[in-house]
Amino acid sequence: MKKQVSYSREYLKGLWEINPTFKQILGMCPTLAVTVSAINGIAMALATTFVLIFSSIIISMVRKLIPNQVRIAAYIVIVATFVTIVDLVMKAAFPVLSKALGPFIPLIVVNCIILGRAEAFASKNTIFRSFLDALGNGTGFLISLLVLGSIRELLGSGTVLGYAVLPESYDPMIIMILPAGAFLTLGLLMGLANFYTARKERISIEALRQKYMIETEDKQLIEAGA
Amino acid sequence: MQYVIIFISAAIVNNFVLSYFLGICPFIGVSNKLSSALSMGMATTFVMVITAIVSWLLFNLLLVPYKLEFLEIPSFILVIAALVQFVEMFIKKVSQPIYRALGIFLPLITTNCAILGLALLLVMRDYNFLESIFFGAGAGAGFTLALAIMAGIREELELADVPAPFKGAPITLIVAGLLALAFMGFAGMI
Repeated sequence: MKKQVSYSREYLKGLWEINPTFKQILGMCPTLAVTVSAINGIAMALATTFVLIFSSIIISMVRKLIPNQVRIAAYIVIVATFVTIVDLVMKAAFPVLSKALGPFIPLIVVNCIILGRAEAFASKNTIFRSFLDALGNGTGFLISLLVLGSIRELLGSGTVLGYAVLPESYDPMIIMILPAGAFLTLGLLMGLANFYTARKERISIEALRQKYMIETEDKQLIEAGA
Repeated sequence: MQYVIIFISAAIVNNFVLSYFLGICPFIGVSNKLSSALSMGMATTFVMVITAIVSWLLFNLLLVPYKLEFLEIPSFILVIAALVQFVEMFIKKVSQPIYRALGIFLPLITTNCAILGLALLLVMRDYNFLESIFFGAGAGAGFTLALAIMAGIREELELADVPAPFKGAPITLIVAGLLALAFMGFAGMI
């Protein structure tokens, strides 16, 4: 039996530590395609999170019933069921948003985040833990899409969530809402994330070294005193 | 003429990778070396053409007559998964050299969103049978083109002095952004 981590940890790790976009580099296609505006990003992330949570729960429930050889096919069918639900609901309730996201709602089926979590987590863990893991990864995905969508919308159209933020005189950078802007923004953000992580690691190593040096100094003082 | 337009539109003007963002995962993952990029592109093109044929037939001969359009997503993904498996077995049986060149890439193709995206798009756009085939071939050619250009650039990038935090995926994305800009030059051609 491996060591169990706490429930809160199970949720929180998805936000940054294994953030689907920046750390696992999964689900790139919807990330790049729909983040023309922040609201599209939110809608996409919520749809993905819904599918992720429910398919994780179901997969975790049936994980002992599925023979190992056909597990991927079984996962895909489970995921496809929930994607169909989302697709039909969105078409009925939010036709404008559904049109804006185009084929990317049905394409949640092949989003690697969902299959990745199913294979790496839900197929090995209890229902509640799988639910927390799915919720955490969904939230992490939402954060990345929101950041990316906001930056692109702000620079590309001068608005955030549809509200004008920048003054009238601002000349929108059209490139930001074109495909090229998506690649550039995500590449720069990812580089920034790597830079931040590397610096944090360096700082913690530095702190450890200082602690060790103080301890050895103490020891030497004690020995000298004795 | 309309077939040529569909082909060129899918291959260059509306390139699947650089303007529709379909198939980004293999685009970032398999673009390290030119040879593997070409093999991946060929395998994908092959599967795309077959997918275009099969999904058109499935949708128009089975789903529409029986009013089962809501089963579009599960049925397409299952057919693609089965198809890829079948293609893999067939190639293994028929030609060992081709299998060795394309074999390891075939299982990856099942979860390539460009394939499912192709099937969904050709239904969305009401293409007829021949148009679908040209659409599939064009999308495959465009995917191969983008992957090959990217691999060529990344081989050069190996020698460049990239800042440490940007090594790997970030610099690939930035290069892809510049490529997308270049491909915008084709906009308005059709």
